[in-house]
Amino acid sequence: MVALPLAERFESGLAAPICLTWELTYACNLACVHCLSSSGRRDPGELSTAECLALIDEFERMRVFYVNIGGGEPTVRPDFWKILDYAVDHHVGVKFSTNGIKITRQAADRLADSDYVDVQVSLDGATESVNDAIRGAGSYRTAVRAMDNLAAAGVTGFKVSVVVTRHNIGELDDFKGIADRYGAQLRLTRLRPSGRGADVWSELHPTADQQHVLYEWLRGHGEQVLTGDSFFHLAGFGESLPGLNLCGAGRVVCLVDPVGDVYACPFTIHENFLAGNVRADGGFATVWRDSELFARLRGPQAGGTCRSCSAFDSCRGGCMAAKFFTGLPLDGPDPECVRGMSTPDFAGAPKPSADHSHRRAPVPVTIGFHGPPDRACAESPLAGWAPSGD
Amino acid sequence: MSTEQFDLDAGWRLHPQASVRPERFGALLYHFGTRRLTFLTSPILLAVVTALVDEPSARAACAKSGVSEAELGKYQSALARLAMSDMICERS
Repeated sequence: MVALPLAERFESGLAAPICLTWELTYACNLACVHCLSSSGRRDPGELSTAECLALIDEFERMRVFYVNIGGGEPTVRPDFWKILDYAVDHHVGVKFSTNGIKITRQAADRLADSDYVDVQVSLDGATESVNDAIRGAGSYRTAVRAMDNLAAAGVTGFKVSVVVTRHNIGELDDFKGIADRYGAQLRLTRLRPSGRGADVWSELHPTADQQHVLYEWLRGHGEQVLTGDSFFHLAGFGESLPGLNLCGAGRVVCLVDPVGDVYACPFTIHENFLAGNVRADGGFATVWRDSELFARLRGPQAGGTCRSCSAFDSCRGGCMAAKFFTGLPLDGPDPECVRGMSTPDFAGAPKPSADHSHRRAPVPVTIGFHGPPDRACAESPLAGWAPSGD
Repeated sequence: MSTEQFDLDAGWRLHPQASVRPERFGALLYHFGTRRLTFLTSPILLAVVTALVDEPSARAACAKSGVSEAELGKYQSALARLAMSDMICERS
């Protein structure tokens, strides 16, 4: 009815987020090399059960339709199922990401009974060797067991969530095959240089040629494959991919971390993008509505050197977090700019504000590709949305 | 459902699994069953959707919300699209 494109209406912000990611814990049984939140150890200050339930009450009042729950590994919280049930009972839908560790047959049966819960199982290789090099020994089998349990319980349409890397990009068809076999849906998201991802990004992010392969593959599969809107930087190749194609940070997306800190998006756990804390007076709603940071992100963006580029209208300069953690100016091109307009500067790149990695196994930075570990959280803004105008 | 097939004279309501959130540009609509999000891009359309449940017909809901006869076709097609995506349903 109104000609204004949806993206432009969203740029000035919404009454409540569309996609709110809530990392329930930094505790994780895995230690993925590219973990966005540098998870491993539980933070002693994490929100209590009562605080989590009160936060859900607030989401209900704000009419947050659903939350993306992640971590860490959210299911290792002893009150995970209680939080899940409470959210559903209070009309807040849940999509949660898991590495599968707690998805027993019994848990799968429980999930099969709920219409308001979606599950995303993280898998970063269609083969055990490719997956386990990123996510750690045994993680492939854990994920497969979880998917077997979900399928056996009759849970269809769960998501198989893959972070696209240099090493698994040749397996896109195989990932699709795995998802199809389970009656599941494939979800591909972008590798971000956030958290421990900053340490491995140079070696793991897709090459320029691979970016083009990915673009063509995504175009070929349309809306069958979910992307959480994470590849909008590829629009510079020509046509926009399905989705909103904008940076939603602070506009349609935000992150609540395990201790209640609110960040602009799941990929920006850094003090520069900290908008407030849900424990403060006024709670989450006040942070969302009144934070100075969010007001700034919702204001007009300059576009800097990208302004003169013919692709600017479609890629909008790319991902803020990817620029920030590769030492690039926020108003310039994305580090994976498909027009080749950027040169990442790791020497000047900021470090994540906190590191919850397991102390016992410092993550080898020399990820020749035989490193151990793993990751847990594949949260990405606009996960699963297939927006359509009215 | 094409626009013509949308019955303006039937009674309609928001789908029980759908939820509406008013926004500056109109509203967001989310369906918990289909997991689809949709947008009401005008405050008048939001008023129409909100009025459906209390009015005997969609036509009456439009009239109550200030939709003129000339604009009715436009709102009929918007309602048809919402019915097609299960955001609204006929009252039984």
